[in-house]
Amino acid sequence: MKPEQDRGRLFTRRALFLAGGQAVLFTGLAARMYYLQVLESDRYAVLADENRISLRLLPPPRGRIVDRFGVPLAVNVQNYRIVIVPEEADDVDRMLTRLGRLVEVDEHARRRILREVRRRRAFVPITVRENLTWEEVSRIEVNAPDLPGISIDVGQTRFYPYGEAAAHSLGYVASVSERELTGDPLLELPGFRIGKNGVERQFDLQLRGSAGNAEVEVNALGRVIRELRRQDGQPGQEVHLTIDVGLQEFVARRVENERRAAVVVMDAHTGDVLSMVSTPSFDPNAFNEGLSGKAWRTLINNPDTPLTNKAIAGQYAPGSTFKMVVALAALEQNISPAIRSNCVGHTQLGNHKFHCWKKGGHGSVDMIEAIKESCDVYFYDLAKKVGVDRIADMSRRLGLGSTLDLDIPGERAGLIPTKDWKQATIGIPWQLGETLVVGIGQGYVLTTPLQLAVMTARLVNGGFAVKPRLTLAPPGVDPADEPPRKFESIGLSDRARQIIIQGMNEVVNNPQGGTAYGSRIKDETMAMGGKTGTSQVRRISLAERDRGVRKNKDRPWRERDHALFVGYAPMDAPRYVVSVIVEHGGGGSKAAAPIAKDVLLETQKRDPSAARAGRVATAPAPSAKSTSGQPQ
Amino acid sequence: MRLSPNYGAEMTFRQRLWQVNWSLIFLIAVIGGVGIAMLYSAGGGNMQPWASRQGIRLLVGLMGVFAIALVDIRIWLRYAYVIYGLVLLSLGAVEIVGSVGMGAQRWLRFGGFQLQPSEFMKIAVVLALARYFHRLNIEDIGRPTYLLVPLMLVGAPVALVIKQPDLGTAVMLLLGGGAMFFLAGVRLWKFGVVLVAGIASIPIGWNFLHDYQRQRILTFLNPETDPLGSGYHILQSQIAFGSGGVFGKGYLQGTQSHLNFLPERHTDFIFTMLAEEFGLVGGLLLLLLYAILMVYGLAVAVRSRNHFGRLLAMGVTVTILLYVFVNTAMVMGLIPVVGVPLPMLSYGGTALLTVLTGCGFLMNAYIHRDIRIARHASEA
Repeated sequence: MKPEQDRGRLFTRRALFLAGGQAVLFTGLAARMYYLQVLESDRYAVLADENRISLRLLPPPRGRIVDRFGVPLAVNVQNYRIVIVPEEADDVDRMLTRLGRLVEVDEHARRRILREVRRRRAFVPITVRENLTWEEVSRIEVNAPDLPGISIDVGQTRFYPYGEAAAHSLGYVASVSERELTGDPLLELPGFRIGKNGVERQFDLQLRGSAGNAEVEVNALGRVIRELRRQDGQPGQEVHLTIDVGLQEFVARRVENERRAAVVVMDAHTGDVLSMVSTPSFDPNAFNEGLSGKAWRTLINNPDTPLTNKAIAGQYAPGSTFKMVVALAALEQNISPAIRSNCVGHTQLGNHKFHCWKKGGHGSVDMIEAIKESCDVYFYDLAKKVGVDRIADMSRRLGLGSTLDLDIPGERAGLIPTKDWKQATIGIPWQLGETLVVGIGQGYVLTTPLQLAVMTARLVNGGFAVKPRLTLAPPGVDPADEPPRKFESIGLSDRARQIIIQGMNEVVNNPQGGTAYGSRIKDETMAMGGKTGTSQVRRISLAERDRGVRKNKDRPWRERDHALFVGYAPMDAPRYVVSVIVEHGGGGSKAAAPIAKDVLLETQKRDPSAARAGRVATAPAPSAKSTSGQPQ
Repeated sequence: MRLSPNYGAEMTFRQRLWQVNWSLIFLIAVIGGVGIAMLYSAGGGNMQPWASRQGIRLLVGLMGVFAIALVDIRIWLRYAYVIYGLVLLSLGAVEIVGSVGMGAQRWLRFGGFQLQPSEFMKIAVVLALARYFHRLNIEDIGRPTYLLVPLMLVGAPVALVIKQPDLGTAVMLLLGGGAMFFLAGVRLWKFGVVLVAGIASIPIGWNFLHDYQRQRILTFLNPETDPLGSGYHILQSQIAFGSGGVFGKGYLQGTQSHLNFLPERHTDFIFTMLAEEFGLVGGLLLLLLYAILMVYGLAVAVRSRNHFGRLLAMGVTVTILLYVFVNTAMVMGLIPVVGVPLPMLSYGGTALLTVLTGCGFLMNAYIHRDIRIARHASEA
């Protein structure tokens, strides 16, 4: 059997060869394992961690906004919402129908949910409805066994307890828009809100705080398995406003029946804005809950511009409230206040007639009488003597014609014309007649209610360039530690100021022709001074004058004059100033002065400046941390 | 003629039982046990859904090992072609009534069972080729005409498997068949000729394929065209390997596996999970177990006194080891992705049964190592 043995030997040789080949292959496998698990191990370990560890942002609670006494104006409240987890609710559509019998789920929301269910992974909770009432929450909790996959989730949402009352100062928060993305990953969190206006916008970064983060382990589908590490963020800082919310509410109620109006109450010495109201207002809570397109368009298209803060962005001709500026400019030119003008109801310049508001004229008036009775002819004459550029200079020193660095966005500059300004912007030389018109606060002159309040404050506070502020201290600084503000003098002589103040006191308190005598405060310790103003919306034609259709109530609302009033109190040692404008309200003495009277009376009763000072003196840090209780 | 001192031509059942090699059984049980432990981990630390079922199959399969091992080797010799024919028929049946799984037609249903005839074919081809080469003497092997039949024995199943299409199994059948030709003593230059001819015929065969088949072959050859498919899988598998390091992340602690980054962790990628949880040490120990199996198979083959047993033992061993290599090389990113399970570890009834059947034949060859079998039935 030699061949048989040969065959056996051949087989053995080849079997050994094959086995050797397999051994080589196995060595190759071992080498590969060494490469992967020893040489490259660190790199792959990092890749494996990148796979499994996901960083989640923890949004910080937004800082509160409180008024000057620590009363919360913007807080975070629990937001109860319904969420549905598709994989736990075997049939989302049927579950929504069942849910619809307990709480309202409209067709629009239903379509959105079904769309998201298709797009997202089955374990990702989808919000069905937000801002549930307690009753709705309990109704769902009771029926929980019949609603698999549906649960109640608690989040935080912004809440403004005073609603419309302080909306313009506070602003509001809303979802982040594409343009507002800055790279801060917080902004990309679903449901994150940022400040869109007012204080919420101005101090958004400080109110926002900084995000914490959590490392979570996720699987390949993105489902969170467990939390590995957590680092809490920095909560947003509290912002203290100068507003006294009690006064704010009072003022808001006082003007809520006016179609369009604005009121500013300010401390003449510190510049603290104690109340700032603009009507109509809006509900800032609505933005947070997500405004429907229709509601948004209604707000935007409302001709009364509820979103505009008329106190800082409304620009009006100041009318007769501007006469103090002209008088001061004249006094500085050493024009005697005793010089009299004879008012016969109009004055003539070339072949143009300039009318006084009083048809028969005031007769002979000096400066104080002219202020008291608001004689236009006197100020035509005075303006002609002083010249528009000196009036403009005085305007600027009193705070008109430029923004005042109030700490919320949206302030407008108004307009104080000069000869150069007209030449530069319109290209026509200044006409003398225009100086006359400026003399009674008409023509090109535009001011905001805030500017008028500041103007009045600078007059009555001893001539200091007070600037308005809406926050007591920068965010994060205890207002008690904030040093009192100091302001430079604007260089008015005391004598000049006294003359003007004398005139303004008589406007309200002199029964002989004081234009606001009807609105005087009878309690002498709280008496106010002030100046009425009526600003024409449109020129009154000669024909109309002849026909006698002059009375405001005879004209359509849109064509009626704006009513203005600036005032201060108490008369003896002015502390608070107020400026009021009622758009198309008619005469300042009838429409604006009564509001100013009520507001100044209430302000003095509350005395928010003294009250705060007293509080700080007796209890060092009353406002900050101790009052953290949430409304509702 | 030298007779076996103990048994001569015949062995009683008792004698055969006495000859059972318990260390082989132990080796199979150890490798199978590692598989069940890994399937327990793959189930997230649970016997369900894989470990318990695989355990039952392992026990049944081990009984099968005994059953196959204790049957007289000459009976297997006699029925080798019949068995091959039956498997080939069922492979053809897949074409007609098979069900589609993972994009290819591979499965046959028998009541509650699903079988994958292409798996069984790996062993059936070895059996048939051993039967054929057993009766050829050394001169016959040199004659090309005598190679036509074995070429057809390999070619027929390869053609059917390609049609499924399952290119991986086809290549494995070719490699396994080639190993048998090599062991039988076919001249090396003939392998060269076949290789050249094979490469030359690729363009011709290409024209016979459908577009979708070509697409599948292209994807198979070039997995990067499908980055979120197999490319992603291989990357995740390598990350699992690498992050396992030398000692691994610990049993049941593999993040890649348990957080589902690793695909098919209970079947094709089970070695990856083992390497992630037990590291380089664990992976090398498992390879060592397979190496022991190979040494054992080699010893059985060389020791056997009948050519059928020699070819059967070595053919089965080489086939199993080839699968080990292809699977592990694939999960480590050394070769393109082919759907090849890891013998005795990957979850799957047919694959386990096939490997254990092979082990049964290996044991059979061991038990009957001293039986002499004539080249032709008439001489027996």
